[in-house]
Amino acid sequence: MRTALVRKPIDLTALLAEVSDASNGATSIFIGTVRCLNDGKKVLGIEYSAYEPMAEKEIAEIIAEASGMFGVQHIVVEHRLGELAVGDASIAIVTGHPRRAAAIDAMRYCVEELKTRAPIWKREHYADGSRDWVSAVTSREA
Amino acid sequence: MTVTVCFFASYADSLGVPSMTMHLDEGSTVLDVMTRVLALPGASRLPPSPLVAVNLSYAEPTRVLAEGDEVALIPPVAGG
Repeated sequence: MRTALVRKPIDLTALLAEVSDASNGATSIFIGTVRCLNDGKKVLGIEYSAYEPMAEKEIAEIIAEASGMFGVQHIVVEHRLGELAVGDASIAIVTGHPRRAAAIDAMRYCVEELKTRAPIWKREHYADGSRDWVSAVTSREA
Repeated sequence: MTVTVCFFASYADSLGVPSMTMHLDEGSTVLDVMTRVLALPGASRLPPSPLVAVNLSYAEPTRVLAEGDEVALIPPVAGG
């Protein structure tokens, strides 16, 4: 199991190789990508930043939780930081398990928890030249 | 005692700095830090009760701080 914040394109082939195991009957993949439209505004790109030591710690805890809850031993999470263009992958989560339900459930748990807990932020760049921080409402927000 | 207070993303933009050193009385809490931060110029754009982490873990306002702690104000997260 491994997590990393990276500043280069995510190599999905390498992640798949990392979770590969002869005992796996299922491999589940989630890839988040930068989309071209948000709230009706044309998006050209996104700048990702993070409180890096806490984000790495938080994601590592999420992976450990998923492993414990679903019995999945093969989980890799990579999240990109820096400037991304439309279509670029911002996050990849890959899980492997003998059975599909556990692989899918663990992947889903990781992405949903990461979105509400990991201190990572994004600033969208719009076609009109403006930039804005994207606010995601979280259950922890007071 | 002295703690470091860190700001990120929209909070750093609003306050104009990524971090600051804060001198506090012994026994001070996260709430004391938030009160001081919310009185800074530019803090009017922050919510009244921002999320806070102490030494890389989310913390409650009642958390008592210690010398050298790193207190981070966490804007709404948007990873993924």
